[in-house]
Order: sequence, then C-alpha cells, then structure tokens
Amino acid sequence: MTGEVRSLLIGAVCVALAAAVPYVTDGYWLSIALTAMMYIALSTSWALFSGPTHYISLASGAFFGIGGYLVATGMSDYNQSFWLMMFVAAVVATLLAGLIGLATLRLSGVYFVIFTLGLAEMIRNLVSWVQNNFLGSRGLYVLTDFTDAHIYWMLLAVAAAVFLFGWFIDRSRLGFALKIIGNEETVARHVGINTAWTKVVLFMSTGFFAALVGAIIAPRYSYIEPNLVFSPELSFLVVIMALLGGTHRLWGPLLGVIPFTLIWEAISIWVPNFTTLFLGLAFLTIVYFIPNGFVGLLEKLRHRSVA
Amino acid sequence: MSNGRTLLDVQNISKKFGGLVAVNGLSFTVKEQEVLGIIGPNGSGKTTVMNLISGAFPLSSGSIRLMGRELADLSAHRIARAGVARTFQLVRILPGLSVMDNVVAGAVFGHRRRWRTEAESHARDLLDRVGLGDKHYQPVSALTYIDQKRVELARALAGDPQILLLDEWLAGLNPSELHTGIELIESLSREGRTIILVEHVMDAIRTLCHRCIVVNSGQLIAEGTPASVLSDPTVISAYLGDD
Repeated sequence: MTGEVRSLLIGAVCVALAAAVPYVTDGYWLSIALTAMMYIALSTSWALFSGPTHYISLASGAFFGIGGYLVATGMSDYNQSFWLMMFVAAVVATLLAGLIGLATLRLSGVYFVIFTLGLAEMIRNLVSWVQNNFLGSRGLYVLTDFTDAHIYWMLLAVAAAVFLFGWFIDRSRLGFALKIIGNEETVARHVGINTAWTKVVLFMSTGFFAALVGAIIAPRYSYIEPNLVFSPELSFLVVIMALLGGTHRLWGPLLGVIPFTLIWEAISIWVPNFTTLFLGLAFLTIVYFIPNGFVGLLEKLRHRSVA
Repeated sequence: MSNGRTLLDVQNISKKFGGLVAVNGLSFTVKEQEVLGIIGPNGSGKTTVMNLISGAFPLSSGSIRLMGRELADLSAHRIARAGVARTFQLVRILPGLSVMDNVVAGAVFGHRRRWRTEAESHARDLLDRVGLGDKHYQPVSALTYIDQKRVELARALAGDPQILLLDEWLAGLNPSELHTGIELIESLSREGRTIILVEHVMDAIRTLCHRCIVVNSGQLIAEGTPASVLSDPTVISAYLGDD
C-alpha cells in the first residue's frame, strides 16, 4: 500500500512541476514543452494498448485528426462551442476505435499494422473529399481565446488522466489480462479471458485520448485542413517515441518523448530536410540497439550494478 | 469411482476441416471423479476432441454438455469459465511472466475467480502441490521442460475446474520424470478431480485411467477398462494395421 501511495505522490509532484512551466518560460520553450506534452499523452496512451499486446497501431493520426477536424468543423461551420466539439470528437473517436477494433483485432502482427495505416489514410482522404465536394473547400478557422499556456495545461490534464488510467489498468484484472494476451493469446482464451473485449476496450481508450489531444491542439493551429490534422507522420512519431522510451513501464514513453522532441525540434530548425532521415535512423537505432527502450537500458544497468 | 453422476456428456460430435472429417459422430460421457483416457493412433482425432471440448474451435455438429449446460456454441473463454481447463500438447507457458504469475493467470480468470492475495496464496499452494515449491519467482523461461509442464498443470488447476483436459501431458518426459508425472496425476485423481487424458504412454493409461475410449479416424472403435480395450482385436489392428 505504501508503494502505491508513494507512486501517486511522485506523480502528483511531477504534475505540479509540469504545471509550473508556463510561469517559468513562455514563447519558444513553452511551445516546445507544449509539443512534448502532446506526445507524452499520445505515446503513453498508445503504449497502454500496444506495449503489452504488441499490436502496433498506426491509427493515432486518424483519431488525432478526428479530434482536430471535428472541433474545427463544429466551431467554423456550425457555430458550436469548443468544449462541446471536444466532447463530440472524443465520443466519435472512441466509437470508431471500437468498430475498428472489432473488425481488425483478429488480424495478427503485420496485417494489423498495415490495416491501421491504410485506415488512417482512408479516413484522411475521405474527410478531404467530403470537405472539398460537399462542405465547400474553404478552410476551417478555430478561433478561441486560448493562449499556449492554456493549451499546455489542458494537455497536461489529459496526460495526467492517461497516467492515472494506466496506473489503474496496471492494478486491474484488465491489465493482467492484457499482459497474458501479449504473452500467448491461446493461453489467454483458455484461462477464461475474453480476449476480443479486452483488446477492444484498450484500443478504444487510445482513440479517446488521441481525439482529446487532437481537439485541444486545434486552437493552436487556428487554420485547419484535413491534410494537416490527419498526418500519417504523427502516427509514426507516436510509435517511435514510445518505443524509444520503452513500452513495458507506464513512465517509459515519457523518457522517449522528451529527448526526441528536443532533437526533432533542433533538426527541424537547422536541417529541416533531414527530419525523415532522422526518423529512419531513430527507428533503426531502436530496433538494433535498444529494443526495450531507455527503460530497458536503465533496468539492465541497475541489474549490473546490483550483481 | 465411476458410478457417480455424469459430468460431461458428449453427443454425436463432428468436426470437418474443409473436406477432411477429423471427428465423425463421436459420443461418450465422463462421470464425476472419473479419469477417462482417449487413445488411438496418430492423427485419429484425439487432440481435435480436446480442442472441441475446450472450444479452441467450434463444432461442425453435435452437442457437449457440462453438468447439463450446453458448451457447443460458447467461445473458449466462456467454456473455461464454465469449468473446463486444459493443458496443451506442446507446452504453452507465458514466457514474460514469473512462475507465480503464470499460475495466478489461471486463478484470476478461471471457473472460480480469485484476485490479488487470494489468487496468490492459491497459486502458491498449487505450485507446492505440483512440486515447484522452491521456484515461485523464477522467470518461467529458465525452467526445464518438465517444470514448464508442471507450471501448465498448476495453471489449469488454478481456476478450480470441473474437468481437466490433459493433452499428452506426459509426452517428452524421461523415465524418472514420467514416474513422477504419473504419480502427480494419480494424486489429483485421488483428490476426486475429473480428468480426460489423451496419452500415448500405455503405462500411464493402465495406471491412471478408470475407463478408456479408443478413437480411430475420428470414430469410436472401443470403450471399456484399459485392460479390456488394449486387448481388443479391433484396437490392436487399428494401431498395427490389418493382417
């Protein structure tokens, strides 16, 4: 019990420290912190599902896009409030994730990866097509009074919710079931685990959180078009940052997001044409040298110093 | 022993894989506290019968009732919760979990569901029971083959199943391990557990089974005590071929 209280306390202190960032800095560094916070929420939530199950989902961009696009459409064309549209977007993305989950989680390994990538692209093209042909090809404006600090705090709230959710999952039957599924799905079924339901519930949670993040970040762009928010690059970044940090601990992705965001930012400024190259190199590094991410490295070092 | 109530009632089950009929109109029953052996030549459909009872894949036709409850249309996890536990022909462990958690997995989601300390103390008892008392927190991948089989057995027992399916649990053991293995299953039987064994080891069948059914090409060809079926001419010709 004391261990649980301690980890909750550490979490609370981290949130408080993170909440203080806008008071310390604004402008450039706040915008980097904001990007990092966005990826912390996305990668951690992604890892809750993909970490234990090893189902690599490349659909984050689709759910994120739904968040941004619905907020933009609702505010721009239908005069709805930001808060209402954020709620609608989260519900729509969660339901969509449920449908995708029911249809695809029977697929294994690489088929699931390709399907989620294809699906995200399909949604992007579909939304573009509908937007251009039926809703008028004008842009969508998201005009709010939010400053970067507001957006940052909202993202922090989502990230904290993701961590709290992950913390509960880790201590629940659901989390244990997910671990067993990741180890050996046949055994999971035969010990009495409803594998389909377990996977769908977790996949829906990633849809929910990604849409929330997409909705919250929309006011930052001000001007939204489908190709911007349904970015396949985002799906890859979420995966790479999570793997870099390590997906078998709740705080793993966090360790990947922070250095990656900084390096990514530096490269985008100094050698903007090399971002894709960097993405590839990062992926190779993870696969060849740190398959269990920074967390895996840390745990190995600690083992060695103990032994 | 074998004059208790009927626990499992298998009626006229068939399984077709495309054009191949793996199980063809098989019927048998298992009574409470009975150990039933399913024997037959390789490829005769024994493992398929185990897979059908545990719901690994659906029946093409027929009915399987556990204490009157129809299992035929249920998915594997519901059948497990109803009280059917199994081990696998090729041992299946959860490589990323400790020995303890491998067994807790069976206790948390099985027929009788336990959680946290209750699940752990139950798993600890079962690990002692199968002879892994000193290996609770080892990574399961570090275990020898027979120890992995013990883990699998403890996992299957952990949900307090109504019936235990052991698919060649004794296969691949060396002579002394085999002796230990037979004793272990015998002790489970003395506890009053109901067990179906698919087995090739004839010593084990003679020692353990109260009754046997013999399957060939997916059909029942003999039924009775181990001694009587093993001396049945039809059975002998099924194993050795005609003339």
